[in-house]
Amino acid sequence: MFFRSKTLIGSTSAALGLLAAGGARAEWGLNFPPPAAGVAQEIFDIHMMTMGIATVLLVIVFAFVFYSLYTHRKSRGYEADQHFHETWFGHWSWVIIPVMVLGVDLTIASKADAVLKKVWEVPEGKDFLDVKVTGHQWWWEFDYLDHDIKVESRYIPEEESQELYLREVDNRLVLPNNTKVRFLHTSADVLHAFWVPELGFKKDAIPGYVTETWADLNREGVFRGQCAELCGTWHSRMPLVVEVVSEERFAEWKEEQNQLKVAALAEASADKTWSMDELMAKGKEVYDTKCAACHQVTGLGLPPAFPALKDSPVAKGPIAGHLDIVLNGKEGTAMQAWGSMNDLEIAAIVTYERNAWDNNTGDVVQPADVKQAR
Amino acid sequence: MSTTTLTHDDAHHHDAPKGWRRWLFSTNHKDIGTLYLLFALTMLFFGGASAMVVRAELFMPGIQLVDPDLYNNLVTNHALIMIFGAVMPAAAGLANWMIPMMIGAPDMALPRMNNLSFWVLPAAATMMILSFVVPFFPGGGTQINTGWTLYPPLSVQVGMSMDFLIFAIHLLGISSVLASINIIVTLLNMRAPGMTLMKMPMFCWTWLVTAFLLILVVPVLAGGVTMLLFDRHFGTSFFDAAGGGDPVLFQHLFWFFGHPEVYILLLPSIGVLSHVIPTFSRKPLFGYNSMVGAMLAVATIGMVVWAHHQYTIGMSLGAVTYFMIGTIIISIPVGLMIFNFIATMWRGSMTFETPMLFAVAIVLMFTFGGLSGVMLAVVPADMQYHDSMFVVAHFHYVLMPGAVFGLFAGVFYWLPKWTGHMYNERLAKIFFWTNVISFNITFFPQHFLGLAGMPRRIIDYNVMYTEFNVISSIGGIVFGLSHLLFLYIIISTIRGGKKAKAKAWEGAKGLEWELDSPPAFHTWTVAPTIK
Ligand code: HEC
Ligand code: HEM
Ligand SMILES: [Cu+2]
Ligand SMILES: [Cu+2]
Repeated sequence: MFFRSKTLIGSTSAALGLLAAGGARAEWGLNFPPPAAGVAQEIFDIHMMTMGIATVLLVIVFAFVFYSLYTHRKSRGYEADQHFHETWFGHWSWVIIPVMVLGVDLTIASKADAVLKKVWEVPEGKDFLDVKVTGHQWWWEFDYLDHDIKVESRYIPEEESQELYLREVDNRLVLPNNTKVRFLHTSADVLHAFWVPELGFKKDAIPGYVTETWADLNREGVFRGQCAELCGTWHSRMPLVVEVVSEERFAEWKEEQNQLKVAALAEASADKTWSMDELMAKGKEVYDTKCAACHQVTGLGLPPAFPALKDSPVAKGPIAGHLDIVLNGKEGTAMQAWGSMNDLEIAAIVTYERNAWDNNTGDVVQPADVKQAR
Repeated sequence: MSTTTLTHDDAHHHDAPKGWRRWLFSTNHKDIGTLYLLFALTMLFFGGASAMVVRAELFMPGIQLVDPDLYNNLVTNHALIMIFGAVMPAAAGLANWMIPMMIGAPDMALPRMNNLSFWVLPAAATMMILSFVVPFFPGGGTQINTGWTLYPPLSVQVGMSMDFLIFAIHLLGISSVLASINIIVTLLNMRAPGMTLMKMPMFCWTWLVTAFLLILVVPVLAGGVTMLLFDRHFGTSFFDAAGGGDPVLFQHLFWFFGHPEVYILLLPSIGVLSHVIPTFSRKPLFGYNSMVGAMLAVATIGMVVWAHHQYTIGMSLGAVTYFMIGTIIISIPVGLMIFNFIATMWRGSMTFETPMLFAVAIVLMFTFGGLSGVMLAVVPADMQYHDSMFVVAHFHYVLMPGAVFGLFAGVFYWLPKWTGHMYNERLAKIFFWTNVISFNITFFPQHFLGLAGMPRRIIDYNVMYTEFNVISSIGGIVFGLSHLLFLYIIISTIRGGKKAKAKAWEGAKGLEWELDSPPAFHTWTVAPTIK
């Protein structure tokens, strides 16, 4: 049904080609990327230590088994030693082996415990930059609580992101280097999980919960991760990109964000009546970023999960009902409340939805109407 | 013991009925065992087909074959069918066939209940298949895109197919609990005179523990999904934070079942190995007592470490430390089991028929999976591994050898007993090698994918993950197809082949080998006496 044999053959040959060239490619990604924070380094080290211990144990077990497979076989005329279990070793192995394993366990557990104490709880102190990370179906929201800045972060379609498809976003989580950051994780709808391997941890975003993690950033760079808890249809399209910059650059970035915010506010509050064309243009822009993941750019949705807005009884019905579902969402479904957008944006989207895709109701919704409906 | 006084005449009151009545109304442990095994084999192919579609989709970056919801539906369906449809019924099939023959009993203690516990399964499977296909009909709602863990709130968003699934789980649970009751009653009451618990064949011991585990944890899962059903339809908010509930509560209920479940899948196969390895090493099982002790320890500790699947939910430091240490401690009894197997092979006189080949592969690969389990148990490191492809690699390395290969070993080991024919050893060896090699090609690279940052349960991925996914998919397709050979071997062995002796294997020990191959419809109508 979805089978496209041409693509399949094409991708098969491409895949084989890639495999052949694979040896020449620099990066195969065999291990975690180098850490970018002190806590991440601790976690990386304990990972390397347990992996080392596991490898040594594996080699020991394999050595015994292969020796036995080679030596103790009937084809070499080896006679079974029916009294092996009666030797002193046979009698005491049930103590010896557990004690040996316990020794290994204690080695691992004591080191793990020490690391855990350092990384698990956010240390006391006021010198933290607080970032609230909220998972949404299917985008991330970053609130810089101390700076009153809010960033919405979404994936970029393959045509634009190319090689970085699913590893790049429109707005990155920008953080200053040499700073301790406290992340507060929560979710607006279903479970998500924040995972950037360079920071060394992942944490679930759970509706109704706020969980904490922290990182003492110590390296500038761009670090890429993605949502790690199944959150529905487009779980694969929730990349996370953290950009750690110098403190000076971070100050500049904050200034830029503030200016953007001021400009948007000024535009929205201007007591002006907008023309249909202006609203349609603005509406398309906002709709395509915020609503198209579910309702699609074509307005056709992905039924039965996400309804079509083209010819939708809501989009062609009374304006009040349309505004209501956009402002307040619908409980128990993936349609969340969008009331946090400003009046202008909502007016533009609703106007757009009521006139695009041959809906042609001719209705123009003004910011003032939205204000009233709130 | 009343059963030992059963006279010959009683046993022949009813002979094997003919036609469909023989199966539908069966109260004979051998026939019901066969039904279980055939059911499991069928489900193995359903579950395998969904996995092959998943692997085909992941072959290359991009979305080629299925849409994202169908992809997640397949992932969910694969796991549930394999666990509840293939592995558990197959283990129950072995139990039905072998337990009465091994302990010298004429049948299971509760033969009618035995019939019921099997015939609930096809109903459950129908429900489960409906939950998969219903969304393709008009008005059928959305697909189950939650994975087998069914976490809310996502599972509350899903359409009516989730309700089908919840009822399927109820039915499967009923079947498992009934079968478990039957096995416990049989093992405790119907052993031949002189067979004390500590003389019981190891396969029976593993099933005794498994049955207790099932009775303890399956009702918890049933309760959890029932609460989900109420949240979905009856206005409760057990798992809805907005209504004062707690989405994490479901996770605790699920894993309180889910972690013991992995031992439920593992133990019967450990039981099989405890017969296969001594037989082909021509030497008794090393450390029978410590094996029993280790198993009881695994089951007990295994009941109290469930939250190692939830390290990232934000538990307190005290809680994660407890779950970490508990989980790491499990490696002690597990390590002892593996040691006992190696010590049984040590200074034996080994030959390598197919069951033994599987046994050796299990010892090696299960050790590998257990060691990656210890890595996962370490909380700080698991904050990286969790929900990545590394976990997928881990559990396939424990489950495939630990459960499925053990069942394969059991099937090859006892097939001559059941059918009276020797299977084709050459073909079986070809099956073994393709199966085991392609398994490793499929799952070994997934460790690297996980470490490099690829999460599990995603339909589409960045080009940087291409190479290992290509390798894994090629392995996966070969692995899936290799089971057709398994099917062929089984069918041809049922239909004919070299006549099997009563004692099909030179080194075999135990009551089942004193019966003819194939055994009579009713066996041990006079109980043997164990010295
Ligand atoms: C995460 C997916 C998702 C996103 C993003 C989303 N919606 Fe929805 N939307 C839904 C779902 C699901 C429904 C159906 C709710 C129901 O069951 O009635 C819906 C319903 C609607 C309806 C009513 C349609 C009808 O015929 O019932 C409108 C209007 C609507 N959404 C507008 C929007 C707007 C405007 C945006 C962007 C600001 C948006 N949606 C973003 C999932 C989404
Ligand atoms: C030494 C023994 C073992 C240890 C220490 C161990 C540890 C773990 C841990 C900590 C996880 C959670 C990883 C995560 O999600 O982040 C896990 C996952 C899992 N393990 Fe093990 N494990 C062991 C043996 C087994 C065995 C014997 C089986 C089955 C036969 C098994 C099956 C699974 C499965 C199915 C999962 C994943 C479930 C899911 O998330 O869907 N494990 N293991
Ligand atoms: Cu997600
Ligand atoms: Cu577990």
